Amino acid sequence: MNRPNLTLLACLLVAIPLSLIAGRAWIFGQEQGTALVIIADLRLPRALLAVTVGAGLGAAGAAMQGYLRNPLADPGLFGIAPGAALGAVLSFSFGYAASGWLLPIMALTGAGGAMALLALLAGRGGGIALFTLAGLMIASLAGALTSLVISLAPNPWALSEIVTWLMGALTDRSWADVALAAPLTLIGILVLIRAAPALDALTLGEDAARSMGVRMDRLLALLVVGVGLTIGSGVAVAGIISFVGLMVPHLVRPLTDRRPSSLIVPSALAGGLMVLVADSVLRGLPLVSELRLGIALSLIGAPFFLWLLLRLRRGGTLGLT
Amino acid sequence: MLEARKLSLDDRLRGATVEIPAGRVTAICGPNGAGKSTLVRLLAGVLTPTNGEALLDGTHLQDMKPRERAKAIGYLPQEPQIAWDLSVRNLVALGRLAHGGARGGTWQGPVDAALSALSLERFADRPVSTLSGGERARALLARVLAGEPRFIIADEPFGSLDLAHQASLARYLRDQAEAGRGVVVVVHDLGLAHNIADRVVLLKRGDVLADGPPEEALSPANLTAAFGIEGTWLGEPGERVLSVRAQ
Repeated sequence: MNRPNLTLLACLLVAIPLSLIAGRAWIFGQEQGTALVIIADLRLPRALLAVTVGAGLGAAGAAMQGYLRNPLADPGLFGIAPGAALGAVLSFSFGYAASGWLLPIMALTGAGGAMALLALLAGRGGGIALFTLAGLMIASLAGALTSLVISLAPNPWALSEIVTWLMGALTDRSWADVALAAPLTLIGILVLIRAAPALDALTLGEDAARSMGVRMDRLLALLVVGVGLTIGSGVAVAGIISFVGLMVPHLVRPLTDRRPSSLIVPSALAGGLMVLVADSVLRGLPLVSELRLGIALSLIGAPFFLWLLLRLRRGGTLGLT
Repeated sequence: MLEARKLSLDDRLRGATVEIPAGRVTAICGPNGAGKSTLVRLLAGVLTPTNGEALLDGTHLQDMKPRERAKAIGYLPQEPQIAWDLSVRNLVALGRLAHGGARGGTWQGPVDAALSALSLERFADRPVSTLSGGERARALLARVLAGEPRFIIADEPFGSLDLAHQASLARYLRDQAEAGRGVVVVVHDLGLAHNIADRVVLLKRGDVLADGPPEEALSPANLTAAFGIEGTWLGEPGERVLSVRAQ
């Protein structure tokens, strides 16, 4: 393992135990039994889920930026997260209370539907421009359908549940969520790592990549599956969390040799670290109600994006030639 | 041997038949829109023909595994891109991708050899964004060489280079042909084509108009037929200069 990966892994290994201490109820003030329950049933699954969701977002962001050769690409732009959100929102109308599994399963189904549509529209030619347009179209369609479902919400209670859920959070998550998201995210990241050499070749353009033996249709399939599993399972357990997939590859890229393949693993580690730290800090903030993770990260992410745009305007390269 | 047999793609290329031998520099010339880039992209296996065949030693390129094809044929696109600011060594190492990349074990040797063949050793650890146009063109060619292909196809590699860099790039391509590789270059500058190529394929509107040694293929009569110009070759073979009469 190279140095950035080791450093990030070490930070993560320090941050996880620290995050178990932090929260509205500080662990040191508790009785031993209560503290154990808080850690084992609440904070440990929550910390692992934060790392899982962040790792998926970071890895998917790195892969998408490599595929589109654009440092401003966010994996949320391409329809998969909105598709998952649509599935999840639909589950509220079907009575979320009926089964705790319905929401994540419908979210994954939504992500799968968006993936299938994306592959169908952009698949054969495998062109990047077509992929981007198809992704944006699916995102806006899923967004419109989500709004429709919200507007048809059966009662105000469901409406408020949906809106709160869409904001993205890791509050009150359980081991069941970890068991659902962690394996899928891990498989997704492995699929993205498998796509990485082809992403390196794509640095030289589509024609050059094809001449180097890259099959563009296979690359597209790997990306759709990899991003679908990481982002889909993330949305299924945590709702919409934006900007992590955009920010993390940027922060990590200067530590690497800028090959897309050398960015995926450190982006996964740094993504996990970012979401974990953000969630722990929010938990400890003395506010009346906990600030939603999705909102907080967007509040950080949007100015970060503007800062990147400013840097581009001033002649910065953001890692491009 | 790399061959195009009655190769067609829509109306961009209409039944071109060309044989590319090993150990020779073959220049592809012709006016804009004649199908030069289309022909070489089909020969590189980047495009799929609508009709006809592109063959490597008798095997259809379409039937070959993309990696096997990539090991045999190196392709340098027109207006090559380098999206991310890689180091020169990492850029050149991309040429080993079809051989399994870093996992392929023996990538260091061919990468070092390619860097040294194009005199890039001292740039090896520099980011490509710090290179001049000429150095960058050499780095991109080194990427192709690192794959140790039997055929090298370069689409207008001279386009953005000054005369000194054109001459040195021509020398590098010549060296590759002398090392036994088949070299195909799309060349706009007819004088350059005349002087560096063993053979010229002259295209017009998707067809092969002439195919032979430069003296024959680029004869004044053929230049008139292809470009509609009246030209005369001055100087000795190998140092030819084209003089074009003003219309």
